[in-house]
Amino acid sequence: MSNEKTNQGVGQFHLGAFLTKYSMVIALVAVFILFYFLTGGRLLYAQNMSNLLLQNGYVLVMACGMLLCILTGGNIDLSVGSVICLTGGIAAVLITNHGFNIYLTILLSLAIGLVAGIWQGYWIGYVRIPPFITTLGGMFIFRGFGRLVLDSKTVSVQNASFLNIFTAYIKIPGLDADGRILSPLIVGILAVVFIFYSTVSSRANKAKKGYRQNSMLADFGRAALISVVLVAYCYLLCQYKGISVMLVWVVAICLIYHFITSKTAFGRYFYAVGGNEKATQLSGINTNKVYFLAYANMGLLAGLCGLLCLARVGSVNGSTGTSFEMDAIGSCFIGGASAYGGVGTIPGVIIGALLLGVINMGMSIMGIGDSWQYVVKGGVLLVAVIFDVVSHRKTGK
Amino acid sequence: MADVILEMKSITKEFPGVKALDDVNLVVERGEIHALIGENGAGKSTLMNVLSGTYPFGSYTGDIYYDGELCQFKTLKDSEAKGIVIIHQELALIPLLTIGENMFLGNEKKNKFGYIDWDLTYNEAEKHMKQVGLNESAQTLVKDIGTGKQQLVEIAKAFSKNVKLLILDEPTSSLNDEDAKMLLDLLMEFKKNGLTSIIITHKLNEIIYCADKATIIRDGSTIETLVKGVDEFSEDRIIKGMVGRPMDDRYPKREHNVRPEVGLEVKNWTVYHPLYHEKIVDHDISFKVHKGEVIGFSGLQGAGRTELAMSIFGKSYGTNISGELYIDGKQVDLKNPEQAISHKIAYVTEDRKTNGLILGESIRFNTTLARLDKVCAKGVIDVTEEKNAAEEMTKAMGTKTPSVEQKVGNLSGGNQQKALLGKWMFAEPDILILDEPTRGIDVGAKYDIYCLINEMVDNGKSVIMISSEMPELIGMCDRIYVMNEGELRGELDAKDATQEKIMSFIISADK
Repeated sequence: MSNEKTNQGVGQFHLGAFLTKYSMVIALVAVFILFYFLTGGRLLYAQNMSNLLLQNGYVLVMACGMLLCILTGGNIDLSVGSVICLTGGIAAVLITNHGFNIYLTILLSLAIGLVAGIWQGYWIGYVRIPPFITTLGGMFIFRGFGRLVLDSKTVSVQNASFLNIFTAYIKIPGLDADGRILSPLIVGILAVVFIFYSTVSSRANKAKKGYRQNSMLADFGRAALISVVLVAYCYLLCQYKGISVMLVWVVAICLIYHFITSKTAFGRYFYAVGGNEKATQLSGINTNKVYFLAYANMGLLAGLCGLLCLARVGSVNGSTGTSFEMDAIGSCFIGGASAYGGVGTIPGVIIGALLLGVINMGMSIMGIGDSWQYVVKGGVLLVAVIFDVVSHRKTGK
Repeated sequence: MADVILEMKSITKEFPGVKALDDVNLVVERGEIHALIGENGAGKSTLMNVLSGTYPFGSYTGDIYYDGELCQFKTLKDSEAKGIVIIHQELALIPLLTIGENMFLGNEKKNKFGYIDWDLTYNEAEKHMKQVGLNESAQTLVKDIGTGKQQLVEIAKAFSKNVKLLILDEPTSSLNDEDAKMLLDLLMEFKKNGLTSIIITHKLNEIIYCADKATIIRDGSTIETLVKGVDEFSEDRIIKGMVGRPMDDRYPKREHNVRPEVGLEVKNWTVYHPLYHEKIVDHDISFKVHKGEVIGFSGLQGAGRTELAMSIFGKSYGTNISGELYIDGKQVDLKNPEQAISHKIAYVTEDRKTNGLILGESIRFNTTLARLDKVCAKGVIDVTEEKNAAEEMTKAMGTKTPSVEQKVGNLSGGNQQKALLGKWMFAEPDILILDEPTRGIDVGAKYDIYCLINEMVDNGKSVIMISSEMPELIGMCDRIYVMNEGELRGELDAKDATQEKIMSFIISADK
């Protein structure tokens, strides 16, 4: 949040890009406040806040993978929901009907997700079948396999150790006893310490090498603001059931993909391909492989989502995961990813997903039906992208 | 009194933070060819966009008088209704539509029931195509005709709009010399029939050849208007006006010290077309470049030069590539650009916008793209180091930019080219292949790039330069190879080379 001030002098395009990103944070806060009042404060109940991230966890995980696909040129993966049904279904059937070892089952489900991704990635990357068509095919194919595996029934899982891996609440002996949960607060404080430590060390590093600095106020202001939100959230978690393993999975995935997209050469290639594929190719980068990896990775994450969904819902049926991919795609575009590729960040996607999540939850609390939720969700998506496009135009892109 | 068709009076146009035009005046007489010249970013295209209504009335200050009346164009349609037609540098044709469809796009010939009368459309189209000497069926797809002919389609399209004042923005930048001359002759032919043209171009010889007057714009202001027959009307005089000082030597001197070692050698290189597998694009080509040497490839468009360069650069073009490639005397097989880069070859692409740069990303991003490993530790990018590298390259190239975070798409053509060169200099090549390195950039930026080439060869690197501008090759190279229709037609020592000699190689090949 601090960067837009310091970057003003650098160039207008940056200002535009930052304003767009910044505006989504404002929108998120505004929507939050709006629903806080509309729900008479119920939105901020500890249980609701805990559920906000857990309910949308699978969206966040999918969106991380979807972002990579979208970065390559606005390409989407329509098959995600079906892969979720397939991998979740296989896991449920193996555990419940055949009593399989749960760790093997988890690995197998992830592997099957990956194989589905590789299958699609191969056609898209190396044979250059348009992603829309390839994944539309995949959407039907994997849905069909999913139903075959489930034999068109609903299969539930009650295996406690499986559920523990994904949905249990973490109880640390000594800290968490009935009626008194402290571990989230400890985690929150550790995270805050880390945030301030990294801010200080990054500033020191820049000072040592003589690089341009953001102002003290900007850097520490941002760190402080994030810390406040973080601690407040952790405090709410303490009041409910503590930290869910699911939350750990989701946060870990977000952090990993944020790191990949912003810090690694591998992540850089996705932006390059989406920006100008030909130039990227002539820079010695194997662009076929980049497409391939985007979709293979999406398959893997969809596999993980299948397990997360299975664990959270407790069962899988033939229509599990239907239109889940659309939530992920929507989150990416609301979060500022470009429909033409080359632009988008994980923090943006997280904000996009949260925005959708808050709207969904707020309306559910208010007792507004599904139908209206769809209307509002669609409207928000459209408005966000219109805003993005128009603000870029104004800043003289 | 002269018959003035257009007068633009004290036009001022501002963009946020920049004054693109500052009190510009332009007077054009009926039936003349008026050249508009200036360096990149001087404001030529902006001025023409003001005239055509692309920047609507109200977004600029000043008055436009056309045919004696004050005009306030709000859209392109308004100006076209008056007979002012602008043809942009990037052709606005849709490749998968026919010539006829393109010509009447947005202006369809409809019958009384309101749907398109195709017979009338194609008949009209062919009528106008005849006017410009284009002998094709109007039902040919635009993608199936060459760039030269596409340019003619644009002009025919202008005629279909009943053009009185034709504005051409860099009409010859993508044409070879022959097609360009044909186009200019055509303009002079139209002049006899009373058509007025304004032509924006960087090619000074074309101005001398066809223009009656030349208005020079520098930094958003009109400097002067030179009239053929009245003022001194020469390339040197125009350059003086453009850069504000006389430029005695357009090609910087260097000590020619070609070393005996061969940097790169190609033997019996044959390349087939990627789609039409029987078509040979480059046939049995052998050449070599020494260390400390600049060699040039001359030829017309479609001679196979770019294809040759790309096929050498890790088989980026073509199929069934055969032949031998030696670097430092050792035979190598480069399967992809990555291997070519690791063998210290750099290929600076012909078309910086579509093949060279990622316009939506920063200079920093673009600079390191080909060699990210240089600023990476275990796959993790050190952004501060990357920034330093980009800043260093920007400085070395003399790229004018507020910072390395600037989006490349926001730079002017010359600075984009420098950013592209910076990207490949960062790759530390021993063999640098430059494909049309100075196309569409101004005199000052050209000079900087020439200096850079000299610096490379002084350090014992090899430079291969592909260019359609013969004077540039003659001025910069040690040896020049001439290609035509996929074959090597001759080799010249640059000291003995003249444009006539090069042309004679090309022409003799046609017989």
